[in-house]
Amino acid sequence: MSKNSEYLIERENKQYEVIIGLEVHAQVTSESKLFSQSSTKFGAEPNTQVSLVDAAFPGMLPVINEFCIEQAIKTGIGLKAKINKKSVFDRKNYFYADLPQGYQISQYKYPIVGEGKVILDMPNGQKEIGIERLHLEQDAGKSIHDIDPNNTLVDLNRSGVALMEIVSKPDLRSPDEVNVYIKKLRSIMRYLGTCDGNMQEGSLRADVNVSVRLKGETEFGTRCEIKNVNSIKFMQMAIISEANRQIDLLEDGKEIDQETRLFDTKRNETRSMRSKEDAHDYRYFPDPDLLPLEISQELIEKIKSDIPELPDEKKKRFIDKFNLSPYEATILVSDIETSNFFEEVIKNSDVKLATNWITGELFAVLNEKNLEISQSPVSAKNLSKLINLIKDGTISGKIAKTVFEQMIDGDQDPLIIVKEKGLKQESDPKAIEELINKVIENNSDKVAEYKSGKDKLFGFFVGQAMKESKGKGNPQLINKILKEKLNG
Amino acid sequence: MSDITSQSLFELTSNIKEKKLSSEEITKAFISRAEKSKKLNVYVTDNFEKAIDQSKKFDSNPNLDSKLPGIPIAVKDLFCTNGVRTTAGSKILNNFVPTYESTVTQNLWSQGAILLGKLNCDEFAMGSSNETSFFGNVQNPVGENLVPGGSSGGSSAAVAANLTPVTIGTDTGGSIRQPASFTGTVGLKPTYGSCSRYGIVAFASSLDQAGPMTKNVRDCSMLLEVISSFDQKDSTSIDYKRNYYSKELSKDIKGKKIGIPKEYRVDNMPDEIEQLWKNGISYAKDCGAEIIDISLPHTNYALPTYYIVAPAEASSNLARYDGVKYGFRSPGQNLIEMYEKTRSEGFGDEVKRRIMIGTYVLSSGYYDAYYLKAQKVRQLIKKDFDDAFSKVDAILTPSTPSSAFKIGEKTNDPVSMYLNDIFTVPINLAGLPGISIPAGKDKNNYPLGLQVIGKPFDEQNILNISYALEDKINFKNDISDWWLSE
Repeated sequence: MSKNSEYLIERENKQYEVIIGLEVHAQVTSESKLFSQSSTKFGAEPNTQVSLVDAAFPGMLPVINEFCIEQAIKTGIGLKAKINKKSVFDRKNYFYADLPQGYQISQYKYPIVGEGKVILDMPNGQKEIGIERLHLEQDAGKSIHDIDPNNTLVDLNRSGVALMEIVSKPDLRSPDEVNVYIKKLRSIMRYLGTCDGNMQEGSLRADVNVSVRLKGETEFGTRCEIKNVNSIKFMQMAIISEANRQIDLLEDGKEIDQETRLFDTKRNETRSMRSKEDAHDYRYFPDPDLLPLEISQELIEKIKSDIPELPDEKKKRFIDKFNLSPYEATILVSDIETSNFFEEVIKNSDVKLATNWITGELFAVLNEKNLEISQSPVSAKNLSKLINLIKDGTISGKIAKTVFEQMIDGDQDPLIIVKEKGLKQESDPKAIEELINKVIENNSDKVAEYKSGKDKLFGFFVGQAMKESKGKGNPQLINKILKEKLNG
Repeated sequence: MSDITSQSLFELTSNIKEKKLSSEEITKAFISRAEKSKKLNVYVTDNFEKAIDQSKKFDSNPNLDSKLPGIPIAVKDLFCTNGVRTTAGSKILNNFVPTYESTVTQNLWSQGAILLGKLNCDEFAMGSSNETSFFGNVQNPVGENLVPGGSSGGSSAAVAANLTPVTIGTDTGGSIRQPASFTGTVGLKPTYGSCSRYGIVAFASSLDQAGPMTKNVRDCSMLLEVISSFDQKDSTSIDYKRNYYSKELSKDIKGKKIGIPKEYRVDNMPDEIEQLWKNGISYAKDCGAEIIDISLPHTNYALPTYYIVAPAEASSNLARYDGVKYGFRSPGQNLIEMYEKTRSEGFGDEVKRRIMIGTYVLSSGYYDAYYLKAQKVRQLIKKDFDDAFSKVDAILTPSTPSSAFKIGEKTNDPVSMYLNDIFTVPINLAGLPGISIPAGKDKNNYPLGLQVIGKPFDEQNILNISYALEDKINFKNDISDWWLSE
């Protein structure tokens, strides 16, 4: 990245750099839980998706869900990471009411996936963020404190759901990079079908590690971990607030305590949850109920062969094959649904026009209506029809916008709209010539001015001709014939 | 025909198959004897009424092809039984009634057996004398105020006292073999992974195994045949071809190489144990076996290793008993207070001691020095056996360093209590099969056992060796029925 785009926080002639690392908890897309056959469906009645294993009844034993293993391997491959052929499930011991076993089954020393990377497309170029590891673990249940005035209620539906914890290296340097990183990670997992990335439903959460240092310094400062932030906006707010808190401490000559903090979204500040001294001793040890996980090369190869084209590769293809700009390609591949939509549209229509229409008109509508592209009011099929109408000169770009506005209402077929409303572009040279003749006749004074050298008036004639055609005249044709007439 | 309750499993199944006895007669005989045997305190929960119903049901349409046709069996209260209270000998599970069945007990019922009741044991199987049970001591039928061993003390006492034809126990460090030895009965701990752990209240997951406890070796082979099975619900269960242990049972052990480990000659071992071992060796020779001196150099480290690994796993396994979901709860002002009160009041001293040891050895800063080191030593112990088994087919040792002791004698000295398991613990650490058979008596006329240790999955071989030795030893357990009331 170029110097001027660096994210730095200024204090009296000093510039501080912010160092960020993320631990993202991504819920594995899977019908059943990591060690039991209970359903993982979101939004069910409390405690209706709980097996004896999930509720940790005496003598119950975990049995690994192979599908979740495959999903983790798939994600690892998507992160260009090393898949560890041997990994170990450990017990992370702590007491809490929504943790029925009294321990969480996780992976500590030997995770299923090792080092990898994620490429970020920043406005001024690409940046690589290192992935430290990815490991599998069980989610806990949910404690509900605000229903019963005297008791905490516990819902174990989430208990035992498979999570992937994806730990980045401390390579992120700004809230913007965090935004792009999360979106990219989410995009890769959605391409792979390994996590739906739905932050509202808690499928994607992150612990954010923040430290600061003077620009130019090479050692890291003391970091604080902000626990369980569940939206990108809050992550960004938390980082800015926490970085400034740390800088204020340093400016006052104080030290930063390594600690775990919580982000208070209402007050926009982080507050201490527990200090290093109070840190839990989780007493990790290998879970004796589960054998070490061994993964064969065959399985890795099989999963590799099923990996779809991922955003980075797709972007390269879009640039090479369709001649898109890196910016356009980045936007179109950012989400699997968007790229699928794009590829559907261009099956039968012009790439350049499709790119402009999707990133322009369609995105504007989606933004305005707060819709995902999967909920687009205009189908790929009808959008490609509209583009073809423009391309073959049936309607002008301007008319197309009118047609598009009508298409939004119930995904109407543009061919029918054009026909019914008589919006077909006038491309008959004779008809155009006639209406231009009329314009020239009615504006003889202007014609004289033009001929005497007032070139600027050409636009006036175009406008008049267009008006005469009620907006339907083929602009290229109008231009061409006007030039012939006026210059002839 | 001899008295019903003194018959072996083999005799009872034959009598049922030949229609000489009905399941109802047998069931009622055991129940009636149990009702006169309350002094032994073997039962935590009886299932007598249902058992009689089930025996009648069996008799009305008997399946005589099953392996345990209409045989009533009481089991250790560590096995979860559907609809029947399961306590693990603890106050914390005092009112716990499972809605599910352990795989091992299900295997019994699937072969026609009938649940008589749940037998007393040390709390969460932690103990060597059945004195840690919330439900009180069990008396050893061998003599008044004598412990029956532990943790499967209710089980060993019930078999020795003819209160169940056979039973199943669990063995984490000797909990089947030591009580068998103390009561003059047979107890086998199978290879780790042979019997499913599904539905057994966990003590130390990497060591726990269920196994048969019987009057003789043949019964032991019959019961093992029923309970040993591959189970997908237990990830540590091993899928291998199991023998027809009872069919393949044979006294022909000619040419078998039997190892005698010098390290099992411990300091202060009573002469009578030394003599018992010598007798065993000479009987084995009489049967045509070849005796080979071997060395298991890391034997001395087995007990300390065990008392790190087992409590570590237990401290985590027992975390689920927190008053939140089931079992005993002592209310508190907040969550932490509820936890503290529930667990302080719900667990007994020995369980708490082991939870504390386990928590300590797993703590950051101590993990490497204790837990990790113990795991390494465990590998060395296992390797000792691997090396030995390249030279011999089985290993013969005493089962315990002493005979049964008095109730209360060792309760204030945990270390001397732990030393009871010195010969049995290494076998659990190595995951091997081991069987204890009655082999003689001490000066007080209390039974003493010999242990035969086998290669992994070689249960047939140690059963055969025990079968041959049993024949030579010709042990008679003279139990006087001193506890019977009218």
